[in-house]
Amino acid sequence: MTKKNKILIGGIIDKPGSSKNYKTGSWRSQRPVWDKTKCIQCLVCVNYCPENCIPLKEDKRVETDFDYCKGCGICAQVCPVKAIIMKEGK
Amino acid sequence: MTKNNFKTIALTGGEAAAEAMRQINPAVFSAYPITPQTPIIEKFAKIVEKGLVETKFVSVESEHSAMSLMVGAAAAGGRAMTATSSQGLALMIEILPITSGLRLPVVMNLAMRSISAPLNIHNDHQDAMLARDLGWIQIFCENNQEVYENNFLAVRLAENSKVKLPVMVCQDGFIASHNLEGVKVYDDKIIKNFVGDYTPENYLLNLKKPITIGAFVMPDYYFEIKKQVADAMNEAKKVYLKIGQELKKITGNDYGYFEQYFMSDAKAVIVAMGSVSGTAKAAVDKLRSQGKKVGLLKINLYRPFPYQEVEKVLNKIKFVGILERVMGCGSITPLTSDISECLNSKTSRQTYILGLGGRDVQMEEIEGIFNDLLKGKLSKEPKYVGLKN
Repeated sequence: MTKKNKILIGGIIDKPGSSKNYKTGSWRSQRPVWDKTKCIQCLVCVNYCPENCIPLKEDKRVETDFDYCKGCGICAQVCPVKAIIMKEGK
Repeated sequence: MTKNNFKTIALTGGEAAAEAMRQINPAVFSAYPITPQTPIIEKFAKIVEKGLVETKFVSVESEHSAMSLMVGAAAAGGRAMTATSSQGLALMIEILPITSGLRLPVVMNLAMRSISAPLNIHNDHQDAMLARDLGWIQIFCENNQEVYENNFLAVRLAENSKVKLPVMVCQDGFIASHNLEGVKVYDDKIIKNFVGDYTPENYLLNLKKPITIGAFVMPDYYFEIKKQVADAMNEAKKVYLKIGQELKKITGNDYGYFEQYFMSDAKAVIVAMGSVSGTAKAAVDKLRSQGKKVGLLKINLYRPFPYQEVEKVLNKIKFVGILERVMGCGSITPLTSDISECLNSKTSRQTYILGLGGRDVQMEEIEGIFNDLLKGKLSKEPKYVGLKN
């Protein structure tokens, strides 16, 4: 459900894919900072990201999609070369 | 009211509920046997087996499953009905607010029974009271005829587009569910016409208009959706009367929020629900013949509770006695809480707890209560009637 939508009776959702409109990035209190130069493109972070918000472009990861990143820090935890560090703040 | 539109048949309260369901012809029925609800499921199973309805009868392993199945069936777009008692209702509790929160018009027949422990299969109102604030409409029945008729009212009320809430039709276990009474059963055509078809606006099996039901909701929407349920309950109060007036055209009976019995000049009034109201009416008749100004207020619609309307009829009464068929556990008993909200400072109230776990309530005991009230011996502490020392 999005703020633009009218609340239907019983919380029914009448449009598919509406969760895309819910920007969970607003929940974030820490943000992952990705160091491109250290990254070995192993894609472990891509597979572990519970929000599926590290996009791939031509088989390589690009910058995290901050519309949806909740700042959980899993990507930083699993990165084998410490190319991702968590920093305080949105 | 047309003449000869009914046959009088001897039915138990359980059978009366099943007979009503035969005429309602729900798409899905599911329940798990439990005393004293069993006559409902037994009789309805026979009706299904004989092919008298198109209902899909689903046998399940527990009441939790039965109620979950009701949610699925109603969400899919079918008319769904169930029945239970006591621990069965307790096991359904997790699913009951889901049913109301999702605005699914399930109708349940409840044969009211005590709650364990101690283990007891007999009648009081403790199971119904477990579910009183879960967004279910609750209609209490005095006798088998009311059980039969209230089922039709319940289906119409539940499925009304302004309401969309589940309804519980409450009858007293054994006293109603297992005792035979003559029940006027109306012609199938008349009832079918009154009940009509269930035509939900949104339902899961409508492939032309796909929807999601039961999605996760964050704090920014939960509050509003819960408020919708409260608003629908307020609507239900109005719709209940309208549907009742329609049903009256068939049966000639009144479907008010409550029934007033000799209340206009009464000094002492008993407020009661369910079958004990019948005993109280007999006690009123006897005491009236002795010139005592006593009356009865029988509550039919318990949830949503008709606070303003009850206040209007109780505001001139000096002494009000509330019959409770539940035990208070460090709290004011449910009906007393509701009635207290309706009383002004000139009216005194007294709670009488009685008839728990099937303890018989004698007419003499009700007479005793009236005499107690007339003497004005009232206190905030409940009195226990028929309790052994």
